[in-house]
Amino acid sequence: MDALGAMQAAIGLMVSFDPQFLQIVGLSLRVTLSAVLLAALIGLPLGAWLALSRFRGRSALIVLINGLMGLPPVVAGLFVFLLLSRSGPLGPLGLLFTPTAMVIAQTILVLPIVIALTRSTLDDLWQEYREHLTSLGLTGWRAVPTLLWDGRFALATGLLAGFGRASAEVGAVLIVGGNIANYTRTMTTTIALETSKGDLPLALGLGLVLMALTLAINAAGYAASRIGARFAG
Amino acid sequence: MITGRTALGLALVLAGPAFAQAPASDRFITVSSTTSTTDSGLFTHLLPLFKAKTGIEVRVVSQGTGQALDTGRRGDADVVFVHARAQELKFVEDGFGVERKPVMYNDFVLIGPKADPAGIKGGKDIVAALKAVQARGSLFISRGDKSGTHAAELTLWKAAEIDLEKVKGPWYREIGQGMGAALNMASAQNGYVLSDRATWLNFRNRGDLDIVVEGDRRLFNQYGVILVNPAKHPHVKKAEGQAFIDWLVSTEGQKAISDYRINGASLFFPNATQPGA
Repeated sequence: MDALGAMQAAIGLMVSFDPQFLQIVGLSLRVTLSAVLLAALIGLPLGAWLALSRFRGRSALIVLINGLMGLPPVVAGLFVFLLLSRSGPLGPLGLLFTPTAMVIAQTILVLPIVIALTRSTLDDLWQEYREHLTSLGLTGWRAVPTLLWDGRFALATGLLAGFGRASAEVGAVLIVGGNIANYTRTMTTTIALETSKGDLPLALGLGLVLMALTLAINAAGYAASRIGARFAG
Repeated sequence: MITGRTALGLALVLAGPAFAQAPASDRFITVSSTTSTTDSGLFTHLLPLFKAKTGIEVRVVSQGTGQALDTGRRGDADVVFVHARAQELKFVEDGFGVERKPVMYNDFVLIGPKADPAGIKGGKDIVAALKAVQARGSLFISRGDKSGTHAAELTLWKAAEIDLEKVKGPWYREIGQGMGAALNMASAQNGYVLSDRATWLNFRNRGDLDIVVEGDRRLFNQYGVILVNPAKHPHVKKAEGQAFIDWLVSTEGQKAISDYRINGASLFFPNATQPGA
């Protein structure tokens, strides 16, 4: 394999500011970050609810959600495809082969990670601070903001894990996005396409750029949590 | 931790462009087509010309012919542009398409390793070549994905009077993937593979592969275009889809197709006016 060619392709892509390349990077980031934020909006409250409530079937639900962390992206993609296809229940919305469809599919992939990690983090915190919070009059839902705040570093790591899962996957976005040039083509689907064209150095170069971006975002997340920790004491 | 309100704000800011990216006007159509038309670079050449003339954006989803027709059948595309005449005619006959129009052709070539273990290099008889591949048990990579190329390959085995179900063995690998993936595998394992010429000419990772058989009339590969039937799927963009079809078969569109060359070689040959194509 032509590692030098891949390095050259990667550097060439990054310094060229080719508009088409920037558009692909921009779409990848927008879709993935939207999915992570949507998953956080839904998953944090759901995870908190699961941590604090006790009901029949709770254990089964926890096992189910933990299991869904291993949901194959291609299955999530197929599910969303059937849902959004013109012949499917949400067909009239005309969302198949759009970035929105890709956000939906990736949200489904990230959601179990956010719920499961929120649940386990808050479970532990609740055991630890239960008496303290109760003495302050913070029970049930009123304890959630405090617990979320105390668990913020662990939860941020969970969101980064979700980001990693979404940005790395190709199966779901390929099925529901269709890899349409200038519209639904992301970093990973471009890599798949260039591989199929036999342009392996360019494909590997794109892979290096994607890894660099993922590293940069994780570094930013880590730095933010370190700075946050210093100020929070 | 991000509070609910800032998170919602952030989500809207970030998601906004993703959702708003559907262009201001509704002037776009979705075309389901084959991997060969995309992998060969033809659409990259054609679509900007069409958009400049009509302002209509064409969004191409490239799949194998079988899957591309299925996408049309489900109503997820406005136009299908594929290469498997019998399947196309059935698509129209079943009421999913309005009318099939021939657009262009190219041809298939048999690709194989330069060492040529089956001893068929330079031949012009594809049927004899396939018989030799099977008799020697030389490695053959099949698309196995119900694409137009896969359908053509199966027709050729039949013409060679070889019953694949009976003689299938480790020498015959069905990979269930696109043309590029099949070529990559043939390149890595030095196998024979049937490819459309356009994808082959545009393929970079050739390794030790070369064309071993070409020029047989049975390797002819016709492309057709069909508007998905608005009577079945009312949301189909009839006017815009028809405009694309009309342009493809017009003198101007046909010239644009023949103008697409790689290293001076034409990849597709327009024949919209040829009767019975």
